[in-house]
Amino acid sequence: MSLLGDIITIAAVSAGAFFFLAGTVGLLRFPDTLTRLHALTKADNLGLGLVVVGLLPQTGSLRDGLKLISIWLLVLLAGASVSQLIARTARQGETTR
Amino acid sequence: MSAVTVFGLCAAAAVGLGLYGLITNPQPLRKIIAFNLLGSGVFLLFGVVGRRGAAAGIGNDPVPQALVITGVVVAFSATALAIALVLRLFQATGSTTLSSGADSDPPGE
Amino acid sequence: MSVATIFEIVLAAVVLGLGIWTTAVRETYSATVGFVAYGLLVALIWVRLDAVDVALTEAAIGGGLGGVLLLGAAARLRNVEPMATEVPGRLTRASAATLSVLIAAALAGAVLLLPSSVSTLAPIVVAHAWATGLTNPVTNVLMAFRAMDTMLEKVVLLLAIVGVWSLAPDSVWGGHPGPRHRADPYGVLVFLARLLPPVGIVVGVYILWTSADHPGGAFQGGAILASMWLLAIMAGLTDTPPVSSRRLRFILVAGPGLFLVVGLGGLWLGAAFLAYPPAQAKPLILGIEIAMILTIAITLGLLLAGAPERSAKR
Repeated sequence: MSLLGDIITIAAVSAGAFFFLAGTVGLLRFPDTLTRLHALTKADNLGLGLVVVGLLPQTGSLRDGLKLISIWLLVLLAGASVSQLIARTARQGETTR
Repeated sequence: MSAVTVFGLCAAAAVGLGLYGLITNPQPLRKIIAFNLLGSGVFLLFGVVGRRGAAAGIGNDPVPQALVITGVVVAFSATALAIALVLRLFQATGSTTLSSGADSDPPGE
Repeated sequence: MSVATIFEIVLAAVVLGLGIWTTAVRETYSATVGFVAYGLLVALIWVRLDAVDVALTEAAIGGGLGGVLLLGAAARLRNVEPMATEVPGRLTRASAATLSVLIAAALAGAVLLLPSSVSTLAPIVVAHAWATGLTNPVTNVLMAFRAMDTMLEKVVLLLAIVGVWSLAPDSVWGGHPGPRHRADPYGVLVFLARLLPPVGIVVGVYILWTSADHPGGAFQGGAILASMWLLAIMAGLTDTPPVSSRRLRFILVAGPGLFLVVGLGGLWLGAAFLAYPPAQAKPLILGIEIAMILTIAITLGLLLAGAPERSAKR
C-alpha cells in the first residue's frame, strides 16, 4: 500500500510541477495581460490540485487530507477572484487609453 | 554545507543588500523596502543561530524564535508609521522627498 | 550533498536574486511586488529552519500585511515618483557598496566561524513546560517565560497607532481613516468579501487555539482576522470606524491592559510581576491571548487603514 502511495505521490507531484512550469512559461511568453492571466490561473490551479492529490497518500489521517483539500479550494477561490479583478482593471486601462 | 551555512550566508547577503538599498535609493518608499530587507536578513541570522541550538526534541531554539516573532511585528508597525509619514508628507507638500529643491506650494488641506 | 541541501541552495539563490531585483529595479511598484514575493519565499526558508511559528508570522505579517501596506502606498504615490532627481553620485554609491560588502562579509565570517560548542536554551524551556501546561515551546516562551517582551510589544503597537493617528489634518481630527471604498455590489470583490471572512475568522481563531500545542499564536491569528476585516472594508461592505470612537479605543487598550492587570496581580498575589500560579496558568494565558488577538486584529487593521482622512461628523 505504501509503495502504491509513493508512486501516486511521485507521479502526481511531478505532473503538478510540470503544469506550474507550463504556467510560468505562459506568463513569460504570452503577449498581453489577459492571455498571461489565463495561462497563470488555469495552469497553476490545476498544478496545485495535482500536487494536493499527490500529497494525500502521505498524510496520516483524514483530517490532514481534508485540510489539504480545503487549502486547494481556498487558493482556487482567491486565484479566480483576483484574476477577474486584474482582468477587469487591465480591460479598463485599455479602453481609457 | 548544512542548512545553517547556506541560510546564514543568504542572511548576510540580505543585510548587505538592504543596507546598500537604504543608502543609495533616493525615494522614501524604496528606502522603507530596503529597511525591511535589512530587517529580514537580521531575523534570518537569529533563525540560523537558533537552528544550531536544536535540542531536547525540538528543531529550533524557541527563545530566538520568540524574539524574531516580536521583531517582525515591531518592524511592521515601524513600517506602517513610516508609510503614514510619507503619505502625509505627500499630502502636505506634493512631493515625497525632503529635498530643498522641491519647494512647490503646499496644496490646501 | 543531499537533495535537501541542493533544494536549500536553490531556495537561497532565488531569495537573493529576488532581493537584488527588488533593490535594483527602476519602478517602485515592481519593487513592492518583488518584496511581497521575497517575503513569502523567506517564509519557506523559515520552515526549512524548523521554525514554523516564525514562518507563519513572516508570511502573514511580514509578507502579507506589509506587502498590502507597501502596495497601497506605491499605488497612491505612483504618479509622483521623481524620475531622476538626486540619484546619489558615484562616490556615494561606491562607498555605500564598500560598506555593505564589508558588513555582509563580516556577518558571513561570523556565520562560518560559529563556535562548535552550542549553547542553547531549548532543554530548559522544555523542562519547564509543566509551569504552564502548554506544550508548544515558542508559546511558552512568548506568553510565560518572556511575557514582559510580549506585553511591551503590545504597547509598541499602541504607540504606532497613536503615531499614525496623530498625522491627521486638523480638519478631520478624529475622523475615519482612509478613503471610502465602493465596489460593484454584484461584482467579484464583494462576492469574495462575503465568502471569505467566515472561513478566515475560523482559521484565525483556530490558529490561536491550536498555539497551545502546535505552531500558531495570537499574532498570526490576529493578522488573519485583520486581513478579513480589511477585505470587507476594501469591498465597501463596511467602513473604517472613526478613531475618536470610545469603544474602538477600549478594544485597543484591552489587550495590553489585561496583560498589565494580570502582571500586577502576579506581583500582588504571587512571586513576581507576571508570575502565573501553575494551577491557573493555562486559563490566565488563554484569557490574555483572547484579549490579545482582538487587540492585535484591530491594531493591524487600523495601521493599514492609515491616518484619518474623512471627518467623523456627517
